[in-house]
Amino acid sequence: MVTRLPDVDVVLVGFGWTGAIMAQKLTDAGMEVLALERGPWRDTPTHFPTTFAQDELRYYWRHGMFQEASQETLTFRNNRSQMALPMRRWGSFLPGNGVGGSGVHWNGQTFRFLPSDFVARSHNEERYGPLPEDMTVQDYGVTYEELEPHFDYFEKICGISGEAGNVNGEIIAGGNPFEGQRSDHYPCPPLQMTFSQDRFAASARNLGLHPFPGPAANLSQAYTNPLGMQLAPCTYCGFCEKFGCGNYSKSSPQTTIIPALMRRNNFALRTNAEVLSIERTPDGAMATGVTYVDAQGELYFQPAGMVILCAYQLQNTRLMLLSGIGAPYDPQTGQGVVGKNYCYQVMSSVDVFFEEEYTNEFVGAGALGMVVDDYNGDNFDHSGLGFIGGGYIACWTTNARPIETHPVPEGVPTWGSAWKKSVRENFLKSTSVGLHGASMAHRSNYVDLDPTYKDRWGRPLLRMTYDFTLNDRRLTAHITPVVKDIARGMGGREIKVNNRRGSYDSMPYQTTHNTGGTIMGTSPADSVVNRYCQSWDVPNLFVTGAGLFPQNAGYNPTDTVAALAYWSADAIVNQYLRAEGPLVQP
Amino acid sequence: MRNSVILAALAAAGLVAGTAQAQELAYSQVERGRYLVTAGNCAACHTDMENDGTPFAGGRGLDTPFGVIYSRNLTPDEETGIGLWSRDDFYRAMNEGVNREGQQLYPAFPYTYFTIMPREDVDAVYDYLRTLEPVRAEIPENELPLPLRFRPAVAGWKMLFFEDREFVPDPAQSDAWNRGRYLVDGPTHCGACHTGKNLLGGDREAEYLRGGTLENWFAPNIRGGENGGLAQWEIGDIVEFLRDGRARHTAPMQRMGEVVGLSTQHMTQEDLEAIAIYLKSLNDEPPQAADPITEDRVAAGRSIFFDECAACHAADGSGVPYIFAPLDGSNKLTAEDPSTVIRIILEGAQAVPTEAALGPLAMPAFDWKLSDEQIADVVSYLRQAWSNNAIAVSASDVADMRSYLEEH
Repeated sequence: MVTRLPDVDVVLVGFGWTGAIMAQKLTDAGMEVLALERGPWRDTPTHFPTTFAQDELRYYWRHGMFQEASQETLTFRNNRSQMALPMRRWGSFLPGNGVGGSGVHWNGQTFRFLPSDFVARSHNEERYGPLPEDMTVQDYGVTYEELEPHFDYFEKICGISGEAGNVNGEIIAGGNPFEGQRSDHYPCPPLQMTFSQDRFAASARNLGLHPFPGPAANLSQAYTNPLGMQLAPCTYCGFCEKFGCGNYSKSSPQTTIIPALMRRNNFALRTNAEVLSIERTPDGAMATGVTYVDAQGELYFQPAGMVILCAYQLQNTRLMLLSGIGAPYDPQTGQGVVGKNYCYQVMSSVDVFFEEEYTNEFVGAGALGMVVDDYNGDNFDHSGLGFIGGGYIACWTTNARPIETHPVPEGVPTWGSAWKKSVRENFLKSTSVGLHGASMAHRSNYVDLDPTYKDRWGRPLLRMTYDFTLNDRRLTAHITPVVKDIARGMGGREIKVNNRRGSYDSMPYQTTHNTGGTIMGTSPADSVVNRYCQSWDVPNLFVTGAGLFPQNAGYNPTDTVAALAYWSADAIVNQYLRAEGPLVQP
Repeated sequence: MRNSVILAALAAAGLVAGTAQAQELAYSQVERGRYLVTAGNCAACHTDMENDGTPFAGGRGLDTPFGVIYSRNLTPDEETGIGLWSRDDFYRAMNEGVNREGQQLYPAFPYTYFTIMPREDVDAVYDYLRTLEPVRAEIPENELPLPLRFRPAVAGWKMLFFEDREFVPDPAQSDAWNRGRYLVDGPTHCGACHTGKNLLGGDREAEYLRGGTLENWFAPNIRGGENGGLAQWEIGDIVEFLRDGRARHTAPMQRMGEVVGLSTQHMTQEDLEAIAIYLKSLNDEPPQAADPITEDRVAAGRSIFFDECAACHAADGSGVPYIFAPLDGSNKLTAEDPSTVIRIILEGAQAVPTEAALGPLAMPAFDWKLSDEQIADVVSYLRQAWSNNAIAVSASDVADMRSYLEEH
């Protein structure tokens, strides 16, 4: 039996970064907002205080913060000729769970995408001619200029530490000269760099590149955000990604927005509430609310005037497919939109081993790094290269946690006493330089519902069909040598190149930057939502998150995910509430 | 038909009563009462906080050294509240500690402070309380040992420790100072926690605002002059603490967090400044030099400090002002009675969220992680680190607090 609950104005499915942002703006506008979160309540002093936050076994190895695969997982295959199998243990990416979502256990690398990233198809075609037919790259439908105020606001909510490169058109030495024009500086100065970053920056400068401090949601100093939330200076303990921060030093929904929401009478949060489907009117034209199940297994129908999907990209896409909203993407015909343009990130790296100098990488922070952007986006001429896009090259010192970190040079055995000896010698004397490459959409990479495997409610799992593309291979082949040159110039004894090789492997951890599936765009023929992140099919349904990206840029997604959420919230408050209906006529 | 006649009659009766009270329930009078009720933080004791009780409906158990006393229902319910009380009844309670039935009131109700309030202020409080929705709320029997259940015993206590006083301004001092003293000694009754008590629970004059112990918390010395607990605090710091719930030195937590959250953050800037000006005028005796702890103990305590505390409180004890309390010069840490610091290490503490500072910054609990001896070592080390100079604590002090917390 399904219990019908009292109406609310807005129901949010998922309560991480975008849920908190939507709740903030919509409760500001006087709406009654209810957030449904599948996982538990979590706050700093109770769930990740300094007394046990830095527990690598619990949080890294045993996945203390993540979605449990037994509750919801997906199946994976590299291509359509294979049968997809369920992921029973997470590997390549780590979906979050609980209040704050992945915003609790992120590193804090907070980049804006480049202006050209938002117009990837039109920009590249204008400069280089038509893209290959299978490359389903699209424009976002929203421009960098339109998102700029929202980037700026989110960076102030977080208290981002960094060095601006372009404020109102003025190029500032030491910042990123390639970045889109900003309306303001970062709220906090950059983090304190360590030995590795100094060597990286010097080497990059020698090569004529333009190093700048990575924009960090790890606080370089005490900061109070526009909501009155206090953040403390980072202690460089090196436990960010996969961990909650016990020192209030990492911006997360908990440290920046949620306590303000919890005091509002028009906001409510229900945890352990897993949404099973979006319900609609009999003609399918409007959403009427959602059906969810609580920890006791009781089913509820929560009626709402608006439904906003704020869960992770994988869950948002799956929920659309399970609810039958929008045409599922078909890779054979290229028709349909939901599940289309699944993209990821393409990485390679070069390790550097020093003979005498100590790098002491255990003194780290999630976004402590120096970065060059000379090979990102369209910051360099791609004529004749056979690929588009690029990536940033960075030397991050995020951590040297002992269970995950065993740097050894080329040729050292992978186990035994020789390996142990090498780890001992190199643990304090090595670093790594990485390429964080863009992932361009391809006709054959997508997600849909699995025909075989089902969850405990009998609903099909999401199926991911994904492999690296020709564009990815050319991109890394072109830029990895630059990474190598920088690494070589850092003055170490030797380097070790970790090329991106072969097909995508879902097991070794790479990054939790899964994108696409609910992409935004200019036409219902090739996108799920319009430029305001509103469903083309159901006007009182909005979608947030990296699922909106038609393809992934060579950056970490959070800043752009947050800016899109603020942009969409702004459109809801200033346009949708005045005249409910489609904000863009197809 | 019959019912509607009765209803009409009742409505008329209500109307008559309303007219009679109209003068007293004028906006400015009720507003004055509301402000005094806020400043006096009546809601804190007279609301069953632990069980999300209705504000002012009483029922909170106050853990006194003599037993548990349950607060009364202040709403105008006729049977269980103060609905039948006249203004004179109410004034007598506030001024003399005697209830409507003529029974002696236990001084857990701080009439020893309210007695200096002029009749106009007490009437305003009464008028405000009359505007509350009447709530029927039965209050549990007090849990007191037999001799104290005998209310006339309180009369003897009052002969020793209670004086029906009036507030007499000191003409040599500024208006602000006098206003501050009135608030501190009267409505805000700071001394109820911050003044040491004798064995019978009466204020010890010599201990005036030098800190006091209650419910196993030590409310620190708040004298702001030379050698006082707030000697390092400027007037602006005290105002920030009371208004924003954050200050350079520390934040209000637990019991004081309630006071700031419910009361002082809603007070006027002038009144908070007046309180600060008055407190800053109170000097104190220089502290006794403490015997230094052994080098082994310093080494042990310092190691624990670096491993467990320094990430937030900074290696040099300077903390992060407004966020993590500096430990160098902390009056909580160096208080004569170390209850608060031991307790906060054992069970953690949370800075109160206020309108100005929404984030519930917190210190985690260490009871599961550090032994009695380790806590004693780190506390002893910190009490003598940097400019601090307070006597060491022992593992049995920590063990006592640990068993108290396990029972409560």
